[in-house]
Amino acid sequence: MTEATQVPGVLDSHGERAAPLQTVYVYEAPVRLWHWVNALAIVVLATTGYFIASPLPSTPGEASANFLMGYIRFAHFASGYVLAVGLLGRIYWAFVGNAYARQIFTLPLWNPKWVWGVLYELRWYLFLVKRPQKYVGHNPLAHFSMFFFMLLLTFMVVTGFALYSEGAGRDSWQYKLFGWVFAIWPNSQDVHTWHHLGMWGIVVFVIIHVYAAVREDIMSRQSLISSMVSGERLFRDEYES
Amino acid sequence: MAAIETFYDVIRRQGVTRRSFTKFCSLTAASLGMGSTAAATMARALETNPRVPVIWMHGLECTCCSESFIRSAHPLVKDVVLSMISLDYDDTIMAAAGHQAEEILAETKEKYKGKYILAVEGNPPLNEGGMFCIDGGKPFVEKLKWMAEDASAIIAWGSCASWGCVQAAKPNPTQATPIDKVILDKPIIKVPGCPPIAEVMTGVITFITTFGRLPELDRQGRPKMFYSQRIHDKCYRRPHFDAGQFVEEWDDENARKGYCLYKMGCKGPTTYNACSTVRWNGGVSFPIQSGHGCIGCSEEGFWDKGPFYERLANIKQFGVEHNADEVGLAAVGLVGAGVAAHAAVTAIKRITTKPSDTDRDA
Repeated sequence: MTEATQVPGVLDSHGERAAPLQTVYVYEAPVRLWHWVNALAIVVLATTGYFIASPLPSTPGEASANFLMGYIRFAHFASGYVLAVGLLGRIYWAFVGNAYARQIFTLPLWNPKWVWGVLYELRWYLFLVKRPQKYVGHNPLAHFSMFFFMLLLTFMVVTGFALYSEGAGRDSWQYKLFGWVFAIWPNSQDVHTWHHLGMWGIVVFVIIHVYAAVREDIMSRQSLISSMVSGERLFRDEYES
Repeated sequence: MAAIETFYDVIRRQGVTRRSFTKFCSLTAASLGMGSTAAATMARALETNPRVPVIWMHGLECTCCSESFIRSAHPLVKDVVLSMISLDYDDTIMAAAGHQAEEILAETKEKYKGKYILAVEGNPPLNEGGMFCIDGGKPFVEKLKWMAEDASAIIAWGSCASWGCVQAAKPNPTQATPIDKVILDKPIIKVPGCPPIAEVMTGVITFITTFGRLPELDRQGRPKMFYSQRIHDKCYRRPHFDAGQFVEEWDDENARKGYCLYKMGCKGPTTYNACSTVRWNGGVSFPIQSGHGCIGCSEEGFWDKGPFYERLANIKQFGVEHNADEVGLAAVGLVGAGVAAHAAVTAIKRITTKPSDTDRDA
C-alpha cells in the first residue's frame, strides 16, 4: 500500500492506479440547468396537454368542490411559462456562453467538414462504419436534429401563447405578440391541432434523443449522459485509435 | 324614396312612438357595449343624419341570415332597421320584382355613389365564370363587383359571405369564395355565423348607419364588440369544465345534470361569437343550453374542421381521416419500433464484434 500511495492518480482499494483520461468542459452550468428544467417542463406540458385535449373521467360531486381541469390547465400554463422563459434564457446564453452554447442555434450547411460529419454519423447509425467520430460538442447529426428541435420548441411556444391569448383576451400582451398566428390559421381549432401534433413531434424527439444519448454513451467511448450533469465530456480512450 | 329623410322620420312615419325610439337607442347602445351616454349620441345621429341606404344582395346562400334578422328580439329593431333597408333593395323580402327591382340597384348606385352600404348574404361561386349562381340574368359575381364599385363599405353577412361556409366545404365544386377574396378594395365587415345572431346583425347595421363608419374590427375583420370572446369564456356550463365534469355520453346522468359538452365535441373553446351572452330567440336559449355542443358555425371552414362530436379535429392529409392523437401515436409507434430494432442490431453487432474490438484497451 505504501508503494501505491506514491503513485499519482486515482487509487482503487487495491492501490492500483486508474488511467487518467481526457475531459473537456463543454456544457456550462446555465446550459445544464436549462436542459433539465426544460426536460421537466416538457414532461409536465405533454402530460397536462394530453389531458386538456382528452380529459380524465368526470369528477363526482358539485362543480364548486372541484377544480381538476382548472389545475391541469394551470400546470400546463405555468410550465409553459417556465419553458418559454427558459428558452429566452437559453437564447441569451447562446450569445454570452462558450462556443458550444450556440451550436444548436446554427446550421453550418456551408461547412463541408460538418456536412461530411453528418453523412459519416448517418453511416454510423446505419452500421456502415465501425467507429463513430469523437466530438467535444454535439456530433454533426445530433447538432442537425437539435437545431430542428429548437425550431419545434419555438413553434410550440408561439402557438402555445397564441392559444393562451384566447383566454387572456384581445387586449392581452399575449394576443398583441402572438395574435398573428390566427392570421395564418383563422380557425383556432387548427392552431389546437398543430399544437397537438407538435406535442407528438416532441415525444418522437425525446424517444430518439434518449436512445441516442444512451447508445452513444456506451458505443462511442465518450460520456454523454453524465456530461449533462457535470458539464464535462470524458473521452474514455487514452488515445485515438 | 326621399334622399334627405332621416332614420327618425322613417320610423315616426311608421307609427313608432318617440318613447319606443329612445328605448331602442338605449338597448342598442347597451348591446354594442357603449354605455349610457352613447344612447343620446345615437338618438341624435338617427334624428339628424340622412338615412344611409343599404342594398342587401343574395348570392349562394340559404337565407338563414335573413330569417334570423327578421326575428330580432326587440320587435322595434326589425321594424325599424328592416324597413330602412327594404326601402332600397333586398330581393328576398322587397315588394318589387324583376326589372323593377333591378332598376333600384342602378338607381342607388348612381344616386348614392360612394355612400351606400352593400350587405351581402351568401357568396359568389367563381368556377365556370360564376355560372353556378345566376341572379337577374347574369352571374352573381359580376353583379356583386358592379355594386361594390360605388359602395362605401360592405357587410359580409353570415359564414357564407365571411368564410365560405357549406358551399365552400371540400371539395367546393362551384369554387364558392368569401366576399373578402373577391372584393379587395373596400372595407369589409364580417358578421359570421350560420346564421349570425339577429341582435348582432341589427346592432352592426345600427352602428354603421348611426355613426357612418364601421365598428372596430378584429384581426379577422369581425366587429370586436360581438366577436372578441369565445362561447367557452362566457358559457354558463364553464364551471363544470373547470371542475372536470363532462357529458360522457348523450344520454348519461351527466347530460341530464347539464355538465360541460367538451368531450362531446363542443367547439365553444374555439368559437368566437356572442351566443352564450346574447343567446337566441330573444335570449331564450342557445345550442349548449339545449344540451348540444357548439358546432363552431361562425368559424372559418367549420364544415371541414369536424367531426362535430369529437374534441380532436380530423387531419385529412393522410388519405383517411385521423386526428392528431392517431397520427402522433402512429409516429411514436414507428419511431419506437425503429429505435428498438436499432438497439437490437447494435447489441447483436456489439456482441459479435467484441473480440476484434478489444485492441483499444491496450
